[in-house]
Amino acid sequence: MQTVKIVVTGPFNAGKTEFIRSVSEIDVVSTERKISLEEEKVKETTTVAMDFGRITVDEDLVLYLFGTPGQKRFDFMWEILSEGMLGFIVMVDSTRSETFREARSILETFHAYAPTPYVVAANKQDREGAWDIEDMRLALRLDPTVKFLPCVANSKEKVKSVLLELLYSILAEMDKNPQGKSG
Amino acid sequence: MALKGNLRDFTFSQLLNLINLAAKTGTLVVEGSSDIARVFFRDGKLSYAQIGAEDSGLAAILQRTNRISTSQYRILAERARMMSDKELGLLLINAGYLSQQDILDSLTQYIVEVVRQLFTWVEGFFHFETDETSPNGKIPVRIDLENLIIEGTRQLQEWEMLQEEIPSLDMALKFTDRPGANISNMNLNVEEWRVVSFVNPQNTIRQIGQATHLSDIDIRRVVYSLLQAGLVEIIRPGGGPVITNRMFPTENPDEQKSLVNRLIDRIRTI
Repeated sequence: MQTVKIVVTGPFNAGKTEFIRSVSEIDVVSTERKISLEEEKVKETTTVAMDFGRITVDEDLVLYLFGTPGQKRFDFMWEILSEGMLGFIVMVDSTRSETFREARSILETFHAYAPTPYVVAANKQDREGAWDIEDMRLALRLDPTVKFLPCVANSKEKVKSVLLELLYSILAEMDKNPQGKSG
Repeated sequence: MALKGNLRDFTFSQLLNLINLAAKTGTLVVEGSSDIARVFFRDGKLSYAQIGAEDSGLAAILQRTNRISTSQYRILAERARMMSDKELGLLLINAGYLSQQDILDSLTQYIVEVVRQLFTWVEGFFHFETDETSPNGKIPVRIDLENLIIEGTRQLQEWEMLQEEIPSLDMALKFTDRPGANISNMNLNVEEWRVVSFVNPQNTIRQIGQATHLSDIDIRRVVYSLLQAGLVEIIRPGGGPVITNRMFPTENPDEQKSLVNRLIDRIRTI
């Protein structure tokens, strides 16, 4: 059995757990805790260690989706998670501009750990108060070549399209650099 | 009669108990499956211990116990190559870098750690030499054996339990398909996290232990906690390649491309 992994990262409450839950064939293994810090009480629980979901491709290949803990104080786990990833997805909450700077910083951190392909997903695009995609691109200082995709994490179709875009980027990267990757 | 035999018949904790009760002075030499340990006693108290070819010089011990940094260790190892531990210890104290207590605490921590490892040795010849009381130039300490014996006995019981639960390190792990409800209350520490990142039916527990630099007992402890949490299950290893944390399980570019295409086809059909 061969396994590969994609990492889903982003700031606290960006929708990473929901994203994985939408496509995983198993109940997402989630290590959530009740929020204790006042400033983080925008939701009841948060991921403190990891989420992971699984997609069986065929009898020889399994894709694991790993969600990172959102809070900065758990960033010691990011490097461990990034080892050997095929690529990563940065989730950004389109309704909370105060998290954009952190999203940018997470993106840079993960890219430094492993220069693998990535895409950025603007989550909660269906919500009132969601920022316009192009405005977000500017606020996040994303290069025009970076794929920045609208997303609604509880919509399977939207999640699928984000995953597919990442895989297309991985294929494109392989075409550019055809010697093969060992990580 | 000479004190010698096999740990199979006389456990390490029984040996310590005997040395303690008889207030013996001398060196216990234990030949394990991969290492030889030498444990020194004076009047029934533990005074020093060494295992295998591990660097047991004072500089290495101070670095291992975080009293000095790696770069400080390198300097000391180079400049104090010809010095005994006693001479180096005096130099560090006189120069005001460390106190005598710092040095003794580090040595005690290291020696206890060596002895703790021996409690899990269940096989190996031992003999006791009464003419050798401490290694040349080393700084002896004085550690009561009672607490070590109690702790070691407890550790042995834990070891036996872990061996029963995880009889072979040559088995592999896989994530449980339907994790138990208690998963939601689980919080992984860094060690557990590292192990989780290597969980794959092709990696044996032994390989994961080596890749994560965990001793046999520590990898068993971590795997046991993951098993108890219902996060993983033990399976027969799938064979094939050794442990890897690479992007792709293959280095062939065509196979890598085919793998990504299979992922794309699968995701389209979800």
